[in-house]
Formats: sequence, C-alpha cells, structure tokens
Amino acid sequence: MPGLWVVGQAAADGSLAHISAEVATIARTLGGDAGDDVTGVVVAADPKRAADELAAYVPRVLAVPEPAAADHAWATIAAERIAALARQHEPDHILLGADPEGRDMAGVLSVLLEWGVLVNATGISWTEGGPSVQMSVFGGKLITTSRFTGGHGIVTIRPNVATAEEASTAGTVEAVSVEGDLALPTVRVVDRVTEAGAAAPIEEARVIVAGGRGIGGPDGFKIVEELAAELGGAVGATRAAVDSGWINYSQQIGQTGKIVKPQLYLALGISGAIQHKVGMQTAETIVAVNRDPDAPIAEFADLLVVGDLFEVAPAILAELRARSG
Amino acid sequence: MRIVVLVKPVPDTASAGERLGADNRLDRAAVPAVVNANDEYAIEAALKLIETHGGEVALVSMAPPNAPETLRKALAMGAASGTHVTDPALAGSDTLSTARVLAAAVKGMEFDLLFAGADTSDGGAGVVPASIAALLGLPYLSYAAKIEPNTDARTVRVHRISPTGFDILEAPMPALVVCTQALGEPRYPSLKGIMAARSKEIVTRSLGDVDEDPATIGGLASTTVVAESHKPPARGATRVIREPAADAAKQVVSFLAEQRII
Repeated sequence: MPGLWVVGQAAADGSLAHISAEVATIARTLGGDAGDDVTGVVVAADPKRAADELAAYVPRVLAVPEPAAADHAWATIAAERIAALARQHEPDHILLGADPEGRDMAGVLSVLLEWGVLVNATGISWTEGGPSVQMSVFGGKLITTSRFTGGHGIVTIRPNVATAEEASTAGTVEAVSVEGDLALPTVRVVDRVTEAGAAAPIEEARVIVAGGRGIGGPDGFKIVEELAAELGGAVGATRAAVDSGWINYSQQIGQTGKIVKPQLYLALGISGAIQHKVGMQTAETIVAVNRDPDAPIAEFADLLVVGDLFEVAPAILAELRARSG
Repeated sequence: MRIVVLVKPVPDTASAGERLGADNRLDRAAVPAVVNANDEYAIEAALKLIETHGGEVALVSMAPPNAPETLRKALAMGAASGTHVTDPALAGSDTLSTARVLAAAVKGMEFDLLFAGADTSDGGAGVVPASIAALLGLPYLSYAAKIEPNTDARTVRVHRISPTGFDILEAPMPALVVCTQALGEPRYPSLKGIMAARSKEIVTRSLGDVDEDPATIGGLASTTVVAESHKPPARGATRVIREPAADAAKQVVSFLAEQRII
C-alpha cells in the first residue's frame, strides 16, 4: 500500500487530536488528486479510540498499541514504531500536524527513514507526482513553495489550514503490533501536571482576543477573557504581557511564542511590533483597539478603533451581548 | 557540569531585508545577523545552571563565514568558547543535513547537557534538535519551561510545556534539552563580558574536519528544494474608527457580522 500516511495523535483522554483530523482531511483530498491510497497510523498505549475516530476521515487506519507510551514521552517512541511499519509497507509520504508533538516526531522520523521534512505547511497541493508545500518564512515576509527532490518526504501541517471533514464512508481499523526493542532512549514521564486556568490551545482557535502592554496588568485581562468567551474564542497575549507575569507563556503569540491563523484576531492594547506581528499577521481578519493611531498595527489591521480599550472593549462586549440577546 | 548550546545566527527580523538569491536560497550576506531569540533563552538557562553547579558553557554553530561576529555576542553573555562549522558546500543544507553536521560536530565533545532553542526565526522548522537527539542516541526532552539536573544521580528533570500545563520528564545525562522563553529572560552582556569575549576562542571547522559522509550533507544532498517564492498579498487598507466607544463598538460588531464571524 504505497501512498500517503497520516499520523493520528491521541489526546490525553485517548480521543483523536483535533489537528490530526485536519491533517487527515487534507491527506484524503491529496490522495484523491494523486490516486493514492491514504492510511492513518495511531501509536498509543491504547490506540483504539483515536484510531476509530481517525477512520471517519481516511479509508484505512493502523492501530499500534505501544505500552511504553503510557508513561514515556510519546514522539520518539511513536516515530520508531512508525518508521518500522513504513519500512515494511513503503508509503511515499507521511503527513502530520505541526504542533510540538508533530515537530518532535518529524525530526526523529527524518533520521530513521532518511527522508526530508517540509515544515509548517500553510497550504499543500499535488503536482508532478508529489506534494508542493507552501510555507511562510522570515516571519511571514515571504511565501515559498517547496518540493522533495526524491520520491519520499515528511510534511508537517499547521493548524487551521483546513476544516476537518469526515469522509462519506468510514474506513476500517486494523490492529497491528510492532515487535522489537526500542533502540532510541525513552524519556520517562514522572508526572503530568494540569495547571489551573489552562486554556484551549490557541493555535486551533477560530477567534483570538489578545492583550498587550496596554492591558496594564493581570486584572486588565478580565475584559479580554470575557470578550473571548462571548466570541467562542481563546485568549492570546504579547511577549510584553507574558514577561510582566500577567498571563501564561502558553498564550503568547509571536516570534518566541505561537504562530496563529484564526478567522478573527482582536488585538487590545497591542502596538503590533514585528516580533508579535510574525505570529498573527496571517489571521483572516484583524481588528485592533489602540489609543495610538500611529502604532505599527495601524498598518496591517483591517479595522482600527482609536480609543481607550477599557471603554471600547466593554462597549463591544455589550453590543455583542445585545445582539445575541 | 558541561553544557553545549547550539546557536544559529539568523537574519534580524526587524531588518526587513531578507531575500532569496537566484538559487532560491536565503542570501545570508544581505542582512545583518543576530543570535536566534530562542537560542538566547538556551544560553541563559545554561549560564544559570553553571552558576549553581559550576562548569562551563560551550557554543556550537553551523553558519556562513561571518558568523563569529554574532557568536561573540553570545560569548559575551558568558559562554566560554565556540565551535563554528562553516563550509561553502553547506549552503542550502536541509534540516537532515544540518542535523548530521551538528551531531558530528558535537559528537567528539564532552558534555552533560546539550541545549537547543525551540525553533529559529528564519526557517522556523523546529525539527533539527529531535533529529540530532536521534542521530546521537541521546534522551530528548523538548519544550522545557524548567530544567533541573541532579549531578549526583546524573539525571535531569524537565518541565515540558503541554496543552494543559506541563509534563515532568526525567532522563539520564547526557541528554538533549530544547529550550523555550519560559526559562527566563536572557541577560544583556556586561561591558566586562564584551571585552572578555574578544579573546575567547572560536574554533573554525570545515566539512573535512567533521566526521560525516560528505555525500549525505550540504546543498547538493538536500532532500528539499524551493520551487517558487513570492511576497504575501498585501492586506487591504485599514479602516479607522474614531467615534466614541459606543458608536465604535456598533461599527465593530456590524463589521464582524459582515465578515460572517458572528
């Protein structure tokens, strides 16, 4: 079964990670263009639930139980098992999500299979018998299209590039075990700590309401959170807000934080410095509220409200609530 | 303890001058280089650890010939020495080739911990550290928000950022740790540090000095090729609203409705 493989990641509760459903949808479309077989692969201590869910998107899923994944870092272990299966079944390309787990796995798979990697795809198409991968580089200043020089490769795809869409008919799940010791060192997970106020991953959010220096302090984030909740979105922040300790690093957008591509980015008290811009400039719609009409964000927002965010943001909230009535 | 930090000079994001040459590769000479921001967090974390445990921090970089200027800035923060792998054949290296060269450069060195930044601001791949760990057979601990070595037990604990908090990972040393901003603000080099960095040793190594099959590395061995590039389409003009809050809010909400966001 040559063709395309999709790595399905299991979330902490055993369900299929949202990003994997998106990647599977993309693989199915590409597979159609390429006349290729599409196969999902799930490696987990108990892969059943994620594998069943992945089968809604692709015609065939290999469910690989790996006991070591229960209390060890997942990516390296799963990469070894998938590399072993790939040597046996010889797929042409492997697709996975461009989240931390996907990046870790891509790096290991690349070495084990001696295949190249194209990363953080913002678009992918099938031309001349292989994938053409669009990427945004130099902080979004350039869009490149890259290809593999040989017949094989690994592609990681950013969240929100496609909307997950189930196939018209569900696929089959096949339990497969991979024998043999793990050659690479495993890393033990001593504990998994859930932090209070841990939010949904901002990379996957369709709407992000973000606060910057203008928010003024941790209390200022209340209005950001309220607006995000009303819009069904997530809370983001600039490095200045994170460095000041007002909000968790996990919410930081920009050069040393996360890259996001939501439908709406509502920026409150954010000047739009280049280090922040690189993380959010590909948002479909950018609305900013800022006191300074000459702030850099005025150059790339679709809509700029010049005013005090502590007056404008509550007014927007009230207007939204009145509308949803 | 000995810590080796992988450092990459990258084009200054603020320079706006990045461009691809005729070969569709980044013209690295055309833009001022800075130390990759995530690598600065790695250097800072390494320096803090040797302040507690004693020892030395060494830098390793694969970069064009002008890299020492950038590496001096990293040495000025407090690292003891640097290794600079440079060779014309390395231009256009893909992530696998980069990992092979860096792994080969590091292989002969003695270290307890090998640090890398979570990703770089130019290509932004973030896959090279995992490849290096796999090549060297090192335990791989990524996305660290906290790093706690135990020099007696020769193990290291890392808080790895997870979607809901963090996982506490533990592995024997030597190990490779991927560093993030959550480790803490990098220090500014002191005047004394800058002076001292001038006389610190940066060893230059070419491809011939690195124990790696030349056929598997460099631009000619690249598994990927840039076929085309273009500037992103310019965003439309910004609509500016200056009305008082209540009016402005009405306009924002009807704009969101027009865009079918609400």
